[in-house]
This record gives sequence, C-alpha cells and structure tokens, in this order.
Amino acid sequence: MHDKTIAELAAGLRSGDFSSLELTKHHLARIERLDPRLNSFITLAAEKALEAAANADAVLRRGEGGPLTGIPIAHKDIFCTRGIKTSCGSHMLENFVAPYSATVVERLELAGAVVLGKTNMDEFAMGSSNETSYYGPVKNPWDEQAVPGGSSGGSAAAVAAGLCVAATGTDTGGSIRQPAALCGITGLKPTYGRVSRWGMIAFASSLDQAGPMTRSAADAAELLQVMAGFDPRDSTSADEPISDYRSGLDEDITGLRIGLPKEYFGEGLDSGVAAALEAAVDEYRELGATISEISLPNSPLSVPTYYVVAPAECSSNLARYDGVRYGHRCQDPKDLEDLYKRSRSEGFGPEVKRRIMIGTYVLSAGYYDAYYLKAQKIRHLISDDFRRAFEQVDVIMGPTAPGTAFALGDKTDNPVAMYLNDIYTIAANLAGLPAMSVPLATVDGKPAGLQIIGNYFQEGRLLNVAHRLQQATDWHLARPAGFE
Amino acid sequence: MSLDRSDVEKIAHLARLAISDEEKDRYAADLSNILDLVAQMNAVDTEGVTPMAHPLHMAQRLRADEPTEPNQRELFQGIAPATEDGLYLVPKVIE
Repeated sequence: MHDKTIAELAAGLRSGDFSSLELTKHHLARIERLDPRLNSFITLAAEKALEAAANADAVLRRGEGGPLTGIPIAHKDIFCTRGIKTSCGSHMLENFVAPYSATVVERLELAGAVVLGKTNMDEFAMGSSNETSYYGPVKNPWDEQAVPGGSSGGSAAAVAAGLCVAATGTDTGGSIRQPAALCGITGLKPTYGRVSRWGMIAFASSLDQAGPMTRSAADAAELLQVMAGFDPRDSTSADEPISDYRSGLDEDITGLRIGLPKEYFGEGLDSGVAAALEAAVDEYRELGATISEISLPNSPLSVPTYYVVAPAECSSNLARYDGVRYGHRCQDPKDLEDLYKRSRSEGFGPEVKRRIMIGTYVLSAGYYDAYYLKAQKIRHLISDDFRRAFEQVDVIMGPTAPGTAFALGDKTDNPVAMYLNDIYTIAANLAGLPAMSVPLATVDGKPAGLQIIGNYFQEGRLLNVAHRLQQATDWHLARPAGFE
Repeated sequence: MSLDRSDVEKIAHLARLAISDEEKDRYAADLSNILDLVAQMNAVDTEGVTPMAHPLHMAQRLRADEPTEPNQRELFQGIAPATEDGLYLVPKVIE
C-alpha cells in the first residue's frame, strides 16, 4: 500500500479495496518500525490522523471527496499546525503550538488529506544536510551513514522510505530540490508567490516558497493543485490563474526546446552525476525535444549573492524571537537585555546564530550599500540571464546538486563547503522562478537529481516535462533497500 | 574580509545574542570565511543596475484599512512564557 501512486490509492479508496483508516494505520506502523533508523519525524500526530482518516472514510462512503481524500501525508515542521507542535527544528520553538494553521495546511486539510505528523528539518530551514536540527540529524534511507540533504530532509527521507505518501517542503535556496535529489524523489519549488507563505515560519521572505515532495511528478501535480493559489493573507501571494496540472501531464513534448547552461556542467560536478544527466538528456531527445547549450553568465555569483540576501532577511525575521511573546525564555533574566540575549542564545543553534550575525553585519550602518544593495543589483543581473535564456528555450536543465548524498559530519565544520551544495539551486530562488528535481538513474547505488527550471508560473509545463520522462524511464521507481 | 573578536562582540550585541568568550574566535573565523565568499560580488560592475526588490517586480498590494481580525488575545497569550492581566511580563525596565 505504501508504494502506490496517489491516483492508485484514490482509486483503491473509492472502490473499497482498503479504507483510509487502514492506509493510515499502515503508514503509522511503518513509521513506528522504520523511523527510529531515520529520525525523519519530529512530532507524530497519530490520534488526530486516525480521526481524520475515519472522517475521510465517511466522506468517501457518501461518494464525495477529491483525489487527496484519505491520503496520508506529512508536513515539514515549518508549517504552523493548530493543535500540533511546530518546532521549526529549533530549541527556540520546542514547546510552540501555533494558535492557527498555515494556509497550505488548511488547504490540504480541506482537500481531505490525513496528516501523520511533522517532519524533521534543518533549524529554521538553514542548512543543506538536516544536521542543524535541534532534534538530531535525519539519515538517508539509501545510505544510513549519509545525509538526506536539507533543509526539508525529513520530508524527503520519509517520502523515499514510504513512511508517508507525500510531504510538504519549503525552498529558500534549494531546500526542496536538493533533498529530493539526494533521496531519489520528486520535488517542486513553485514560482515565488504561487503558494501562500501565510503560517509558514519565515526565513528569507523574498525567497521562501513552499511546494510538494512526492515519488512522482503525477503525485506532485495532485498536491500542487491544492496548495497553489491566491491568498489575501499573504501580501506577496500571486493573483495568477492556476492551470489544470493533472490534465497537462500527458501533453506531447515534441519540439520542446531544452537549454543546458554550460556553467552547470563544468568543474565541481561529479562525473557519475554528469553521466546520469547525459542519459536523461538522451531520453528527452528521443521524446522529440531539441537540445541546445545556453549560458547563464552570472550564475557563479548566485552563492555569494544569496549569502547576503538570505542572512539579511533572516536577521530581520528572527528578531521576533525575543523570549517575550512565545518561544524559549531564559531562567531568571536580570534585565530586559539579558532576557533577549540569553533567550536567543539558548534557543538558537550555531548555524542560525552565524546567519543572524552575517545578516546583522551586512545591514549595519556603513555596510548596507556594499553588501545588501550590491547583492540586490547582482540579483537583477542573475534574473536577466534567465529572461534572455527563456527567449531561446522553454525549459532549462542541469544537475540539482553537484554530487550524491555525502557522509554525515562531512561538512559540518566548514559552513562555506556546505553552502556550495546549493550552487545549482540558488539562482532559481534569486530570480523567483519555478524549478523541480526529478530522480536520475542512481550513481553507485545513490540517487541523483535532474533539475528542470521553467519560466514564471510554468509549473504545469515543468510537471508535464518531468512526467514524460517518468513515463519513458523507471528511475523514479527505484526504492531504497530495507524500506520495500 | 577579516573580523576579529571585538567585531564579533559588536555584531552579537546588535543581534541581541550572547556569545561566550570561548566561542568568539570560532565565530570570527566562520564569519570571515563567509564574507570572503561574499566578496566575489566585488568583481562585478553593477553601475547603473537597478536593485531587485521583488522577484516578479510586483508592487506591494494594499487592502482597505478595515479590521479583518477578531481579538484573540487570550488564545495568543496562551503560548506566552509569562503574562498577567492580559499583559506580557518582562523584567522591570523603569525604576
């Protein structure tokens, strides 16, 4: 039951082959049995899940409900869930139960999805390996000595291991796509503003975007259909029409113009991943696409630019954790400043503190023009590269990450080496473009990801292009040993 | 770009973080390395380039200035570390 697509599960639920209660219990049992090895969940919501499943069964018996009714999913622990703890991977929010649910959570609940629990993540989504979580690292189901990627590492590992059918994630610099690649699943970061950020704990507000993490593009289409859309409660939400993602999946891609940026295939890319990418490009050629080399000349500047913009916005956003209104508060503060300083220092881990300090520095008096303003200008140049590229091609393809999953502890002592893991993913966030990662053939037994970047609001096209590859190959069907 | 212990102290104070003496050298080294990475930006000529404030170049949407939220003080204060009579409690700030 845990290896079926959402469409197959929906059909099984409708025909009465199994109930949502059985499906939910099956996944809860798998979590209980297998998650001690992975640590992919921070909080389980078994009781609420069983209640929601029983409700879904009642809806289904009346012949009502939609494609997600009764489907067990998990939320990254960055989405506020009324009545279920939301920790954001931090000690700061260890006992935080939000008084309201995020729009994404509400929409999926309304669609009848059953929430099994909240998945582990890098603290405040700051990390590329899930090792900055206060609740311990997540293990990659393909290699339990390796990281699952991050920051949505818990969601990626749980979906890959069949502990939930699908999960939500968020992506500020690659946090959906990179763990999707390292765990062998499909992940989509939509256009900035496509999915509401309301109730999603803020990291870098001009970059943050939520999206689905699933085992196939077809499953991602089902989730995105529900998650996407205008939300008056998010002032940056885009009021743009949503296409029918499901019906667009099978569209013919003959004549599709694919651009391969030469900057994405140079030094630093693992040769095994490069070979797997070449095989995918060959598949697309077979499917009738035309391939051309393009250039994104400013893309090497993505990482430096990001490490000004993201920390600057993070230092502002995380100023709200002051030990007064919610979150961790230190013992016996001697005055207000001591209350702020100790509550924050005890509540945040080292990576979050590093980023707050970098952000504070680049925004401080005398440095703003040299750093933040400069970065915002380069961001414009990076975005212009894409605008020019999309005059010649329909989609851009390249690697999601420079290699496969690396060993736990490998990069924890070197923040800059860790940051370079997002070298291919960050540009799409800076430009606000939709991008996804789909599994390639495994490289030495470990997953690798193909990144597909599209033009603004072209999520439907991305899903279509990914789905056609998944119909022609079985790479996305590979499962980690021991989690069958 | 190289930061020293006193820079770390200044930044930590601005960010309202308490950094212990033992941690200062480590943060100075880490932050300096990150600023070295960021320094790659300096090689780019950005003369005449407009800073990008929004990925889609959208203007901030405004709504009518009407109350849309009901008063939920008790619900929101239910998660506060310390409250009294509907107020948040902090250490005394005025003698």
